[in-house]
Amino acid sequence: MDALILQVLNGLDKGSAYALIALGLTLIFGTLGVVNFAHGALFMIGAFCAVTVQRLLSLSFVTVDETQKDFLGKPLKVETPYVEAWFGPEVGAAIIDWSVPLAIIFAIPIMLAVGFIMERGLIKHFYKREHADQILVTFGLAIVLQELVKHYYGANPIPTPAPDAFKGSFDFGALIGFDPNTIIYPYWRLVYFAFSAVIIAGVFSFLRFTTFGMVVRAGMADRETVGLLGINIDRRFTIMFGIAAAVAGLAGVMYTPINSPNYHMGMDFLVLSFVVVVVGGMGSLPGAVLAGFLLGILESFASFSPIKNFFENWLFLPSIDQIIIYLVAIVILLTRPRGLMGRKGVMEE
Amino acid sequence: MLGLDRKDTRLLIFVVLLALCAPFLLNPFPTESAMAQFNAGYPDLMQRFAIYGIFAIGFNILFGLTGYLSFGHAAFLGVGSYSTVWMFKLLSYNIVPGIILSVIVAGLFALLIGFISLRRSGIYFSILTLAFAQMSFALAYSVLTPITNGETGLQVYTDDPQYLQSVGSPNVPNLFGIVMRDTYTLDVGAWSFDFNNGYYFCAILMLIAFYLSIRIYRSPFGLMLRAVKSNQQRMNYTGLSTRPYTLAAFVISGMYAGLAGGLLASMDPLAGAERMQWTASGEVVLMTILGGVGTLIGPILGAGFIKYFENIFSKINDATLHSWFGFLPEGLENAVVWILEHFVGAGWHLTLGLLFMLVVIFLPGGLVEGGQKLAAFVTRRGSDKKDKTSGSTEPAE
Repeated sequence: MDALILQVLNGLDKGSAYALIALGLTLIFGTLGVVNFAHGALFMIGAFCAVTVQRLLSLSFVTVDETQKDFLGKPLKVETPYVEAWFGPEVGAAIIDWSVPLAIIFAIPIMLAVGFIMERGLIKHFYKREHADQILVTFGLAIVLQELVKHYYGANPIPTPAPDAFKGSFDFGALIGFDPNTIIYPYWRLVYFAFSAVIIAGVFSFLRFTTFGMVVRAGMADRETVGLLGINIDRRFTIMFGIAAAVAGLAGVMYTPINSPNYHMGMDFLVLSFVVVVVGGMGSLPGAVLAGFLLGILESFASFSPIKNFFENWLFLPSIDQIIIYLVAIVILLTRPRGLMGRKGVMEE
Repeated sequence: MLGLDRKDTRLLIFVVLLALCAPFLLNPFPTESAMAQFNAGYPDLMQRFAIYGIFAIGFNILFGLTGYLSFGHAAFLGVGSYSTVWMFKLLSYNIVPGIILSVIVAGLFALLIGFISLRRSGIYFSILTLAFAQMSFALAYSVLTPITNGETGLQVYTDDPQYLQSVGSPNVPNLFGIVMRDTYTLDVGAWSFDFNNGYYFCAILMLIAFYLSIRIYRSPFGLMLRAVKSNQQRMNYTGLSTRPYTLAAFVISGMYAGLAGGLLASMDPLAGAERMQWTASGEVVLMTILGGVGTLIGPILGAGFIKYFENIFSKINDATLHSWFGFLPEGLENAVVWILEHFVGAGWHLTLGLLFMLVVIFLPGGLVEGGQKLAAFVTRRGSDKKDKTSGSTEPAE
């Protein structure tokens, strides 16, 4: 039992990332009718916002300390980050320590801006083109963004640690009445899950309870009629694109302590997020979230050693966890072609 | 000739001449000159022109005719490579069994994937094929390590059985004794031209593949595929099931990809999982789009263009750029070099991505359309007929 709970917990953080990216993809698809292959790149840009903030905060100046000697006997050079000089050593160190959460503040305007520029500058011109063209142009954009990041940040993963307060793990099992040390779970993953739950709830309530969200939902159902009522639906959809970009970016920012960001992380997540969207049902927001968590947990169960060994010994499929999502997606698409929660009439030719 | 009308025959002859004279055409600069780095007439690159030409021709049969955008064609390329290397390991270094097997295996694999993916159309189809390709990549990279040798890649070892390998036959890929990597170098004055067995083998197969694709384009079957592209719903209303046709197109293009993969392994007996990665699938899409979707010669041009510039751009480095722009004033030189160095060397992929976007945005018909527009612009006074020697078909809208 405790092992099962552990697998569910392990699936939650990946599932959260899938759910957030898939949510953005579905939002864009549902509002603008565009398939955004560059969405993974937005996730990656978010992650590199965190890297940039961390680097900016730890910019330092060098002073020569005559009182101390280094091992060669020369005066010691001391690097002091500017923030420590400005805010005092303790506050400064705390700011650097909390760079990842601070990056959220920095990432929101940047991701919104990136989203607006992308939509107004490029994707706007592709509403009337075929889906194939939309796929291709966003695919090209994804390559460009990825290569630019690679050019400036290098090809290696950049470690971006979580704040000290969230380092380490805690004994989740002891908390809910199991033996100690059976269910150990890193703090940051719990933070990530809570964060994504808040974001998802935020997006849903924004669409549900605000007038703006109501108009957007009406536009998703019937764009033309909403336009005829004298509402500038295009502008609202652009804003939704920005929000979708911000959601992907924030998912990236918070993911950095779990996996050190590298330039191709976006592509790695994108393919799986597409699978998530298709499994959840194209154009269905709850479907995307549900499928994201389901597939994340499924992946974690497939890497659970008894199950993995079963597949390896009886079906001759070692490391089933690498392909389980695709297998399940294929089965679901063959049995429920619209996905888990897809609606009739969305993307059907 | 050969069941083609005059225009197609002209096109075929044009391509035959292009392929046979490639060693001359691609080496226009003397070996010792500064321009020699723009020569593309060395065996390795010429082989890749022909092989990726086959790949793109096959992809175009699916995408150009039916409009189904597959994002997973690299999987078939990889499968073809693996089957050929396995034939090397089990039988002998003769490439014929390997290539035949690669086409068959890729065809079967395409049948399986196509049967499932073609249940949906539009973006669902693209995403499904993408998912399949990523799954194949994961299978090749880790899951099926006993068959694919995982990360290391599959290669031939000395203790492999090679049951049919006779004592006298060469220990490298060969065609009944003709060694693929053998090259005859012809020196004419300052120029030198390489005639490589492997290249000519690939080129002949590419010409056959090209001829077959012309026949497919002109056949009732090809017409049916175009009808699927223009209005599938109407086809269904007339009581016709389009799926067998699209599936056939998918399998044919999968077999082309398998052949290309088999040839890649025949020229260099290695097969690795990275050949199946989805960036490789994206590359073939780009080749086809760049050349001209739905045109006959487009994919070949696109494949040649991409492979040539990939090769040239990757070779250029900072020092080369500085030597080129040395005539500019210092500051300006540095600025120009700073901008350009993003796009060359390791930055080739950035150029590729930009090219991808620019072509899709401004030139959806690719190089062929560009050529036609140019030709029409030049001969606007002369006649209204937009007829270029490329003899492209009308892109089916």
